Amino acid sequence: MKYFKFFTIGILFGIVLVKSEAVSWYRIYEMFRFESFHMYGIIGTAVATGIVLLLITKQYKFKNIEGSQMRVPLKDKGFLRYIIGGSIFGLGWAMSGACPGPMYILVGTGAFSVLIVIMAAIFGTYLYGVLKDKLPH
Amino acid sequence: MEIILQPWPWYISGPLIALVMFFLVYFGKTFGMSSNLKTICAIGGAGRKVPFFNFNWKEHQWNLIVVLGAVLGGFIAHFFLSVPTNIDLNPETIENLNQLGFNDVGKSLLPPEIYSWNSVFSIKGILILTIGGFLVGFGTRYANGCTSGHAITGLSSLQLPSLIAVIGFFIGGLIMIHLIFPIIF
Repeated sequence: MKYFKFFTIGILFGIVLVKSEAVSWYRIYEMFRFESFHMYGIIGTAVATGIVLLLITKQYKFKNIEGSQMRVPLKDKGFLRYIIGGSIFGLGWAMSGACPGPMYILVGTGAFSVLIVIMAAIFGTYLYGVLKDKLPH
Repeated sequence: MEIILQPWPWYISGPLIALVMFFLVYFGKTFGMSSNLKTICAIGGAGRKVPFFNFNWKEHQWNLIVVLGAVLGGFIAHFFLSVPTNIDLNPETIENLNQLGFNDVGKSLLPPEIYSWNSVFSIKGILILTIGGFLVGFGTRYANGCTSGHAITGLSSLQLPSLIAVIGFFIGGLIMIHLIFPIIF
């Protein structure tokens, strides 16, 4: 039962990403060609809404469900890992048309060949874990 | 109902994604889909050999439940909340894809030239899916986040590392679409 709320949020997430077509390979391709505002509109309004919600949260010191201060975990400082790792991610995102959220959601739409992308992504994550200490961060 | 069955405009979808992020933070967690790939490695026993995966994955079970919900959400949206509609792509995008040999552009969520089983069992098809997936998995862990963790959550909380990562996403994406795609297709 304690997981029910997470399951519900997941359902909402899956529905929104399919209905907005953000799970479509074509939409990602179009975005990287700057030929449509659609994806920029989705990400832009998501971030704008997110900024307002988190600023209100901070201003009024909203508590989370566990009773402590609501806050977003902070990312470590750095540059190389974000620009290099981000670029590698971008190459794969544009190639497969799927980032880690849509990958799972697409399986639900019956696109089972996406499972190959998911398995390859798990292997990529594993290899990062192996090579981590040898990479610049 | 008719409005729900049609594709949803960006100005409805974007704020709803922000709500997903906000609820997860309210539940004492965060919005990050790529962490699940790391959790799956840990469940598979990767922690025995690689310290990076040596953590208590049970603390991340909630996120796998989000994934299960997302799969069901995808199923519901696709089979019960949609009518067959072509994706309303820019005609120039369609024209460009036609030139690269893509047919029926926008008639399904994914291009059959890459994702149909016929393509999957061709050398080119399987290479695109495995290399693409590999780069996503490797890159997202290297950058410590993906579209949900950096572009939505990180930018919403005004974090500089996330802005750098999102710039990286675009460097990689633009190189792939504009420089590499014309070579592989």
